[in-house]
Amino acid sequence: MSAHAHDLAMDHHEDHGHHHKETFITKYIFSQDHKMISKQYLFTGLIMGFIGIAMSILFRLQLAWPDHQFSIYEVFLGKWGAEGVMDPNIYLALVTIHGTIMVFFVLTAGLSGTFSNLLIPLQCGARDMASGFLNMISYWLFFLSSVIMVISLFVEAGPASAGWTIYPPLSALPQAIPGSGAGMTLWLVSMAIFIASSLLGALNYIVTVLNLRTKGMSMTRLPLTIWAFFITAVIGVVSFPVLLSAALLLIMDRSFGTSFFLSDIYIAGEVLHNQGGSPVLFEHLFWFLGHPEVYIVLLPALGITSEIIATNSRKPIFGYRAMVASILAIAFLSTIVWGHHMFVSGMNPFLGSVFTFTTLLIAIPSAVKAFNYITTLWKGNLQLNPAMLFSIGLVSTFITGGLTGIILGDSALDINVHDTYFVVAHFHLVMGISALYGLFAGVYHWFPKMFEGKMMNKNMGYVHFWVTAIGAYGVFFPMHFIGMAGLPRRYYTNTAFPYFDDLTNVNVVITIFAIIAAAAQLVFLFNFIYSIFYGKKGPKNPWGSNTLEWTAEVKHIHGNWDGPIPHVHRWAYDYSKLNKDGSDYVIAGQDYIPQTVPIQENEEEMHH
Amino acid sequence: MTAFLVVLVLILFGVAIWQMGKIFQLSKGKADNTSEIANDKDNNANGWLMLMFVFFIYVLTIVCFVKWSDVLLPQSASAHGLETDQLWLISMVIIFIVGIITQWLLHYFAFKYRGRKTQRATFYADNDKLEFIWTIIPVIVLAGLIIYGLFTWTDIMNVDTEDDPLVVELYAQQFKWNARYAGDDNVLGEANVRLIEGANILGVDTSDPNAQDDIVVNELHLPKGRKVLFKMRSQDVLHSAYMPHFRAQMNCVPGMITQFSFTPTITTEKMRSNPDMVEKVKHINDIRAKKSEVLLAKGEEALEPYEFDYLLLCNKICGNSHYNMQMKIVVEDEDAFNAWLKEQKTLVQALEQ
Repeated sequence: MSAHAHDLAMDHHEDHGHHHKETFITKYIFSQDHKMISKQYLFTGLIMGFIGIAMSILFRLQLAWPDHQFSIYEVFLGKWGAEGVMDPNIYLALVTIHGTIMVFFVLTAGLSGTFSNLLIPLQCGARDMASGFLNMISYWLFFLSSVIMVISLFVEAGPASAGWTIYPPLSALPQAIPGSGAGMTLWLVSMAIFIASSLLGALNYIVTVLNLRTKGMSMTRLPLTIWAFFITAVIGVVSFPVLLSAALLLIMDRSFGTSFFLSDIYIAGEVLHNQGGSPVLFEHLFWFLGHPEVYIVLLPALGITSEIIATNSRKPIFGYRAMVASILAIAFLSTIVWGHHMFVSGMNPFLGSVFTFTTLLIAIPSAVKAFNYITTLWKGNLQLNPAMLFSIGLVSTFITGGLTGIILGDSALDINVHDTYFVVAHFHLVMGISALYGLFAGVYHWFPKMFEGKMMNKNMGYVHFWVTAIGAYGVFFPMHFIGMAGLPRRYYTNTAFPYFDDLTNVNVVITIFAIIAAAAQLVFLFNFIYSIFYGKKGPKNPWGSNTLEWTAEVKHIHGNWDGPIPHVHRWAYDYSKLNKDGSDYVIAGQDYIPQTVPIQENEEEMHH
Repeated sequence: MTAFLVVLVLILFGVAIWQMGKIFQLSKGKADNTSEIANDKDNNANGWLMLMFVFFIYVLTIVCFVKWSDVLLPQSASAHGLETDQLWLISMVIIFIVGIITQWLLHYFAFKYRGRKTQRATFYADNDKLEFIWTIIPVIVLAGLIIYGLFTWTDIMNVDTEDDPLVVELYAQQFKWNARYAGDDNVLGEANVRLIEGANILGVDTSDPNAQDDIVVNELHLPKGRKVLFKMRSQDVLHSAYMPHFRAQMNCVPGMITQFSFTPTITTEKMRSNPDMVEKVKHINDIRAKKSEVLLAKGEEALEPYEFDYLLLCNKICGNSHYNMQMKIVVEDEDAFNAWLKEQKTLVQALEQ
């Protein structure tokens, strides 16, 4: 296979002259170049992220000041916010679409799609993805599904509003909630296309990592980013088809009168004919994807963090093999823990015991990762670039959010906080904020690679990080308390329960922090757009990094390297390595040794 | 309270602005500093901010506990809940210890090893012993938690019918709850949605001998000290019967019967006089009184003063009025409970009227 890769490389090299014949359409729209596709993913993901965050601000306003009339509702929600009063149905729609967009469109496609596409060929030393054409199709299917999801917001009866988990029968019966009409149909169509896109992308990533690594790039020399993207793609291939089957069966139940998930239902004054189905079956199918999905979101962020922390600490990542092993362990365990979302679903309590066991096991590789990150910082020479700050921030929220997972994964404790704000706080910290930090870290770090040497403004980056960091903890730390007070999630207002009146203050604090944190994202947005056009050009390898992408041409060319593909002679983490007598770095005066540098005479070889 | 919170938020916001200002100031530096790569000045400023940030986390934690520990649930009103709360406490202590230490190390290292031109990082790639230690410690701690948790879970979920529990059906529909007591025979009559008709909103099979003494009510009364076995049903979509004060929850699934059991241990009266609860209710009534003033000024009706009652809430998204699907629970002594139950009409009697 590597011979094949070599042939490809030769082909590319020989027909170098054809590259300039690209038209506007083949270069910027239907591009098959991984770097352009990566940018397309990023832009689409950021636009979707903007919508998702804006939605969260709308429903946070409603939660903090339920009696207050905000004309902003009428501006954005039209008839659903008439006279500044938010309709309960649109509240549910907002939380549903916020969840869907953030989990799938921003943190799956926007994060993994962007950086897998950008980095897999560049860090493996390949001219492009194994199949540029499939890659292009993958992006355009994602784009199509985004468009359909956005269109679904404008359906007359309202968008899907059964929660992002779309449990039937609520999601199957328009009689139960208006959003389960055309809105839910579009949601399902959009997600089916999204899954197709994700599968095409994932297969491409796997094949590229396995077959197109340059000479010398053994699996154990791969940067941890690539390991993370690779395993993420494997999890995606294993679990996304199961969500597709759940979606297809739900479409059948909704449109063709089958009874996979429906049984014994009396609604709107009549008995439905459905008999024998079970909503619990849907929950199993959904979470068989749904839980691995958490790691599909998180692993790329952890991979990005590993790379950035090592580079900016000027130290090798501590325990490379343990990091790879924990990625593998997390990936394996992630497929057998889905039942912890269903402890009180009515499934057999014995199953609950099994899932408690597997769930708490997953804390072990997670703990190893956290400790290894901290040890990587120890005795480093930390270059606190914005990307590094976001990476450290990620480790912080990963720890905080991960620790409460020990409570939720324990079936006996889950009983009382299941579906309360305690869960909301937990998963936002551990996967939402952590993965977003990973996304931001990646954007700051690889911006020069994406935009031909231009760099983002660091001061705006610092403001962005610190305000976001304070805002994120300010939102989600107090949220644990209203969960422990017994407040269920997805309540349009808490005023129906005088018992919860004393939680209003907490909700106000949370909303204020949320607005501050959201405002900080505007700083990022401005910095991002401004830097694309006016960003200062940095050096070719601005962060002094070892990985291959920084040896590629600054100017984007099809095929990445103008000359032959570089060969690899060492792992990616030889930072601050000293020569044999310890008098200086191996390369005098330079604290990093790029992977392309052969083993020197004055250094000891490490076995990785 | 609100004023305090506003002040608190303003202070924190002020701190944020101040930090932003400081960053700008520090980063302006000399005119020749035009690179977008962090220099020693950036490293220094952000290193200090990292150290301040870990204190921000600690202060936030302390403030949350001081200000809001009174909103938390009171002591458990069910027998198994004491076990749950004990496990909760142990888990929380472990979490806080681990959290405080690791957050400190993370941010302190970020501060201590902030980059300097003259500084050299230590090439330190591996230490099997160290990694073994921090693999095995979580293994031991988690093994303890898993075993403890599983025993508690099994105790809660395994229903021993020899205890002769009181059988009660919880029936969910958009957007209300009903309860059905099994009557003298303590056996619920058969029911199915296909039998729903007129006042028989639960679809009980009135020809079933077991159904003859069944009693349907819309306020749940429970006897103190007797095990109650709930059988949950739903007629339309998923609901979840959530009784936070009893540390109890189970989904109601159309097409199947789910169950959960617990023994109430504290009567409503007694819970109302619990000092924590007295304080909480007073706090809530202060808030309501303030809201009422605003309402009265607008010419609307004032809010009624609040009195504590146990609650059954719906905790699974079920439609537009999900937020208001509730039922009052009254826990009383067994005699009072029996007297109340006698006063209720059986379903058959109610249907005949």
